[in-house]
Amino acid sequence: MKISIQVSEGPYNHEASVTAINYVKAAVEAGHDIFRVFFYHDGVNNGTKYATPPQDDMNIQKTWSELAAAHDIDLVVCVAAAQRRGIVDQGEMERNKKDGMNIMDGFRISGLGQLIEAGIESDRLVVFGD
Amino acid sequence: MSDAKKFMYINRKAPYGTIYAWESLEVVLIGAAFDQEVSLAFVDDGVYQLMKGQDTTDVGIKNFSPTYAALGDYDVNKIYVEKESLEARGLTLEDLQHLVWEDEDEDWAEKDSIRVVTSAELAEIFEQQDITLSF
Repeated sequence: MKISIQVSEGPYNHEASVTAINYVKAAVEAGHDIFRVFFYHDGVNNGTKYATPPQDDMNIQKTWSELAAAHDIDLVVCVAAAQRRGIVDQGEMERNKKDGMNIMDGFRISGLGQLIEAGIESDRLVVFGD
Repeated sequence: MSDAKKFMYINRKAPYGTIYAWESLEVVLIGAAFDQEVSLAFVDDGVYQLMKGQDTTDVGIKNFSPTYAALGDYDVNKIYVEKESLEARGLTLEDLQHLVWEDEDEDWAEKDSIRVVTSAELAEIFEQQDITLSF
């Protein structure tokens, strides 16, 4: 089955992100295809590489990144939500004249249309959040 | 429209206090460009999103409520409001914005977009959807 995911909450503050990671792992192990993971609302904070959680804690952003690399998963951060919350890639840095960027490897910033497309293209769209 | 999927956006939270309502509306507006069958549901504190006369001056946050009136122009005209949620908050349809759309097939006749439905009716409507996005 082709599955897409929406993550609506930031890491650490809310369990939705880790639950989504566990869901994606289980879905891949069960042979399903993850078409896309779309990060919205504070969920965009899953895409920063500047987090430094304590060493005995899970590094949620890095876990997403590793998961994407291992299974070729498309991780998309919503541009409108990212701009509000300061998640920046090369293109956003240049467009909005920021002096740095913080997007984690494996994530890309794109529009809300990517969420709608994920809904259209997938057999299931599963939302993780409150 | 046979290829179109039925998208349902469920709005459950008050318009201010958290950003879910506003960012949900942003998805609806972008999604309208995709020619899918779109419905919106307002339940729980989400019914407050459609209240008339919103004024956010004192909280200093953008009042996005006028945007709901534009939904008809985006062909978003199936807006369901849960009866029980209205009643629990002492609200009636009269407290909500009068949202309308123009029916191209009937010489652009103006029609109401909001339908007040019971929880049981809403459950049936949810059952018919392909995609439910919850905000």
